[in-house]
Amino acid sequence: MSEDSGYNFAYLDEQTKRMIRRALLKAVAVPGYQVPFASREMPLPYGWGTGGIQVTAAVLGPDDTLKVIDQGADDTTNAVSIRRFFAKTAGVATTTRTEEASVIQTRHRIPETPLSEKQILVYQVPIPEPLRWLEPREAETRALHALGDYGVMQVELYEDIAIHGKIKRAYDYPVEVAGRYLTSPSPIPKFDNPKLSDCPALQLFGAGREKRIYAIPPYTPVRSLDFEDHPFAVDHPGHPCAICGDTESFLDEIVTDDAGGRIFVCSDTDHCRARQEGLAHDDAA
Amino acid sequence: MTMPPDAILSARDLRFDYGNGQGVRGVSFDLWPGDVLGIVGESGSGKTTLLKLLGGLLAPSGGSLSYRDASGELLDLLALPEARRRHLARTELGFVHQNPRDGLRLAVTAGGNVGERLMATGGRHYGRIRQSALDWLTRVEIDGARIDDRPTQFSGGMQQRLQIARNLVSGPRLVLMDEPTGGLDVSVQARLLDLLRSLVADLGLSVVIVTHDLGVARLLADRLMVMQGGRVIEEGLTDQVLDDPREPYTQLLVSSVLAA
Amino acid sequence: MYVAVKGGEAAIDAARAWLAEERRGDPAVPELTLDQIREQLGLAVDRVMAEASLHDPDLAALALKQAQGDVIEAVFLLRAYRTTLPRFAGSLPVDTADMAVERRISATFKDLPGGQILGPTYDYTHRLLDFALAAEGGAVPVAPQATPGEGAMPRVLELLVGEGLMEREVPPEDESGPVPDLTREPLSFPAGRPLRLQSMARGDEGFLLSLGYSTQRGYGRNHPFAGEIRQGEVSVEVEVPELGFAVDIGDIVLTECQSVNQFKGDATRPAQFTRGYGLVFGRGERKAMAMALVDRALRAEELGEAVQGPAQDEEFVLSHADNVEASGFVQHLKLPHYVDFQAELQLVRALRAKALKEAAE
Repeated sequence: MSEDSGYNFAYLDEQTKRMIRRALLKAVAVPGYQVPFASREMPLPYGWGTGGIQVTAAVLGPDDTLKVIDQGADDTTNAVSIRRFFAKTAGVATTTRTEEASVIQTRHRIPETPLSEKQILVYQVPIPEPLRWLEPREAETRALHALGDYGVMQVELYEDIAIHGKIKRAYDYPVEVAGRYLTSPSPIPKFDNPKLSDCPALQLFGAGREKRIYAIPPYTPVRSLDFEDHPFAVDHPGHPCAICGDTESFLDEIVTDDAGGRIFVCSDTDHCRARQEGLAHDDAA
Repeated sequence: MTMPPDAILSARDLRFDYGNGQGVRGVSFDLWPGDVLGIVGESGSGKTTLLKLLGGLLAPSGGSLSYRDASGELLDLLALPEARRRHLARTELGFVHQNPRDGLRLAVTAGGNVGERLMATGGRHYGRIRQSALDWLTRVEIDGARIDDRPTQFSGGMQQRLQIARNLVSGPRLVLMDEPTGGLDVSVQARLLDLLRSLVADLGLSVVIVTHDLGVARLLADRLMVMQGGRVIEEGLTDQVLDDPREPYTQLLVSSVLAA
Repeated sequence: MYVAVKGGEAAIDAARAWLAEERRGDPAVPELTLDQIREQLGLAVDRVMAEASLHDPDLAALALKQAQGDVIEAVFLLRAYRTTLPRFAGSLPVDTADMAVERRISATFKDLPGGQILGPTYDYTHRLLDFALAAEGGAVPVAPQATPGEGAMPRVLELLVGEGLMEREVPPEDESGPVPDLTREPLSFPAGRPLRLQSMARGDEGFLLSLGYSTQRGYGRNHPFAGEIRQGEVSVEVEVPELGFAVDIGDIVLTECQSVNQFKGDATRPAQFTRGYGLVFGRGERKAMAMALVDRALRAEELGEAVQGPAQDEEFVLSHADNVEASGFVQHLKLPHYVDFQAELQLVRALRAKALKEAAE
């Protein structure tokens, strides 16, 4: 019991955490496979990160340092709200610096700073089933996964190329994990897909409303689906960040006026801060 | 069960009960490589149900069904694991539905429809998949320029030809057809029949075709089975059955007294 | 130079404070007490308890107060509280035949043992605004009292079962096994009737009402009659292992609806009536009736009926009945989606550039 909050450490009771850890172990043992778990009702709404919160609660220890980002940023309202939730219920240290965090909960982005073996990245996932838009029935999608029957997804990509000349998925771009399971990377932009593969950190995915957990263990190969003659490729925005000047990071578009004025800034606020500090340092030197 | 060594498909005592007195009541036959078997009978005679049993769309309540695959292995189709069954269904087998809408993905382009089997079995080269789709569209007399159109923009006859291409692209050995010319205008029917006949002959396909149209049966089938009340009451070479029917029921069928 | 927007924390704090002011309303107006909500907004309290799956009128009243009367928000509050409660035991099945009935009607028989009892119902009230209620402090006319009827009040459908006209509900073969609990185990499909009923008992009333209605309009028609609706108190008993017998832990008000539906029969079963079942906490008659319709509709496959409407589709109904899940996911669209949208923007711009270039060539 965390003494001043009146809640158990990290809100969830220990039995629930054990149940979630069992699901996590299974998920790590079968990379990319969606493990059903008895998602609890959390004091935050479904669809707002209840899956990620439950996973974080189950892996968090008193010595951990937690970072929470939403859209790459530490200061978006939902990230603030979730970070406060754990600061209150678990009393853990929090940080906005990627390299200082031992657990990072994220929605829609992978940090630009490379992750290490000592870190766990927890994704909030709205729809864990990559086949959901092609086949709404859970009973059928589970059969397709069991049989590795993924032709229908390849047809979907074929259609994009036939009609649009390129694969039209900008985010939630489907991947194959460890050569077996078709998996949703959660709606990260496809810009981040390459970071999923061979990542030193443990990547855990929690979908609270849909009651599924899955995982990509460290150093697991993750392949973005494509065709041999239309290989997966990342689109760079083609602008530098207006604040730090980075040409390699994923950018948010900021509307500056109602006359078409636009600037582009890093979506990863910590990355941008670190680069600005680096630039200031260079200037001083 | 015993299966003749050179048969491709053997059914023994296949049964299915709808609970209303209709169904299939013990049908046995052998099909040979390159053999085209027609099944005729009145509506309600069980011929479509039999085809669904053969195609795995219905599970029989009794009997056995064996298939000899391309490698010569004897397979018990009723006990085949689901993964193996699905693989077989998209490589060596084909099923042409009476209504092409049941056999096509309507939201997917013609090219995607034809290419699906290739992609489902590991095809990952867009250009080659597209080339195969183009080749097959040409073979079934669909203009290659329509490769990126959806089947909903096609006429009924074109949809049916597209469904056939979608089945044949994987080089199947056995194709089941349920009234493939049903619901089409007479002139469209004739063209489709011509096409089917040449494809079947060129590819050396084994075919089981269900039809109520004895003209279609005469044109396509080497042999006929006549069904009544869920049973096969007469079988033989097509010309023999149609020109010299033995059973009174078949005689009525042939003389068009019965509406098949 | 552009400075990135910040200030999430301050905004959240300010929003909370503002909300608290809004909730209180004009401070010159006396504050609502939980007693007032529990006693005078009883149907809202009942609905919150039912959909939160927690029978506690005081906490439900608190949730309603905190949510400014927003029922779904109140359900959410009570559910989140429920999650933290330890599970001591499962009760024995409640016996609705032994209910202290305050309302009991059947649309299938004019009279029957135990009689028809109208009870405290809105049926047959004329929906005219009662301006007398606007004036506070008015005395409530005393409702006439009747002597409770002698003898039992058997459930109507059991009368038909006795004749063999109604299917017999067979309890699971092994009754000692635990009742599945969808709040403790992940739901998987096919779920089966116990979990379906459980899901609907806590499902959204509006959703079930519309689905039930859709079956009456032909999307999965199943010819229902309101066989019996009964409302009243039942006692809840828990078996205490140390004692070896059941202990009465209290009384709760329930509403039960059993519909009588046609079944044509098939190869193995002769024609007979089948039932749809609805049971909810409190005086939730509309919900209980809708639930019975949908329960019966969901049995289509089991009874060999054509599945034609959404109300007959187990996965559809169970995946979408929960208003806390639905509300959360619909409203999550408010969360920032800058990143996904940015990726889409880039894509649409690229596709447009390509199309314009091709058009120019």
